[in-house]
Amino acid sequence: MKPASFRYVAASDVHEAVTLLSAHGDAAKLLAGGQSLVPMMNLRLSRPEILIDLNRISGADGITVEDGALRVGMLARQRAAERADVVRTRLPLLGEAISRIGHTQIRSRGTLVGSCCHADPSAEIPCVLLALDGFVRAQGPDGMRDIPAADFFLGYFQTALSPKEVATDLFFPLPAAGTGWAFLEFARRHGDFAIVAVSALLRLSASGEIERAALSLSGVGPAPLRARRAEALLLEKRPDGALFAQAAREASQEIEPADDVQASAGYRRQLAQTLVGRALQEALARAAKEVA
Amino acid sequence: MQPLERIRVHLSVNGHAVSQLVDARRTLADFLRSDLGLPGTHIGCEQGVCGACTVLLDGVSVRSCLIFAAQLEGSAVETVEGLAGDALHPLQEAFHRNHALQCGYCSPGFLMAARDLLEENPSPSEAEIRVALSGQICRCTGYENIVQAVREAAGALQSEGRDA
Repeated sequence: MKPASFRYVAASDVHEAVTLLSAHGDAAKLLAGGQSLVPMMNLRLSRPEILIDLNRISGADGITVEDGALRVGMLARQRAAERADVVRTRLPLLGEAISRIGHTQIRSRGTLVGSCCHADPSAEIPCVLLALDGFVRAQGPDGMRDIPAADFFLGYFQTALSPKEVATDLFFPLPAAGTGWAFLEFARRHGDFAIVAVSALLRLSASGEIERAALSLSGVGPAPLRARRAEALLLEKRPDGALFAQAAREASQEIEPADDVQASAGYRRQLAQTLVGRALQEALARAAKEVA
Repeated sequence: MQPLERIRVHLSVNGHAVSQLVDARRTLADFLRSDLGLPGTHIGCEQGVCGACTVLLDGVSVRSCLIFAAQLEGSAVETVEGLAGDALHPLQEAFHRNHALQCGYCSPGFLMAARDLLEENPSPSEAEIRVALSGQICRCTGYENIVQAVREAAGALQSEGRDA
């Protein structure tokens, strides 16, 4: 189908976008990559009266390292981030996650910030941001604020952004050298939405115990979530298969998946257990390699 | 800044300068087909899933059903109509030789996605070709021949020493 009629305005900077959003309130939607919003408009699931295009804002597509974090600007395309040297060398976890988003043509336009603002519960970027304890920077009429990922994703397509705020950047804290990582996702076909996705980080101390464990999951509830109980189980223990199996079981019990057309809740729970177990093994293999 | 129902855009399409007043809700796909009379870009699902409407925007392949024409001030668009010069493009030649199309509905999208791939990676492996084309759906199930055609075109372009 075609989208319903709307009026279009291109913001020339963030300040103007905030002003337009304040002026038009709920009637307006922000347009970045448009790879989720425009399908919803074409299906008439979304009928904004006004579309505020962010794509003309200059200098907003940066992918840089700032204070030990990867900073990704609101117009940085998934395709550019996937190919960026800094992502390949410093945060391959993010590159791996991006490669699972839709297809090349979607990633040519889709943005990382937009993916977080859309907040699809099965999305890849929110899963990675949450695992790394990253945050979203937002600009509103009353100024700028940073929102931790743990407080940002509230539920199905819901975030902590106020209706007058524009998300301008994502910050992904870079893991310390030697931290192992894994991103695993199961979808029925390449490019489909994940049924379950898992991000894992593991760092070992000099004596071989786990000193950092982060596990986040997408597709297992209304918002991506950290498997905190499984993480706690892993800390200060020496990694082995039995420990990982126990953590995977724990992770599958602390999620609240729902039945939907893609998969039953029970299937998602089992998938989460399998993927967490594999992700821990994979992260450990990378951690060991990087320490040696 | 006032939101507008109709917007004038200036862009380049297949190397030709275009200046046109467009409805805000006009997608690039409909703009190409209905306003510019370039029906080579096909429309399948209109929700970014099937890949039939794939074109190049500033050199990279995108879904033209998911971009509004109003957004394209100063952009360069290339459609399947821009591929052939006096002779068919090597990708088109290879599709022809390998029977890489049956009904042809998906072909413009496959050609533009393949062109993007070969521009970035002139000698892709078969696995890389399959990943690059994974966003294009062919309901005649002609994938084997399409992959074969892209491999052949990559070789032909390399031996000619030209870019895709």
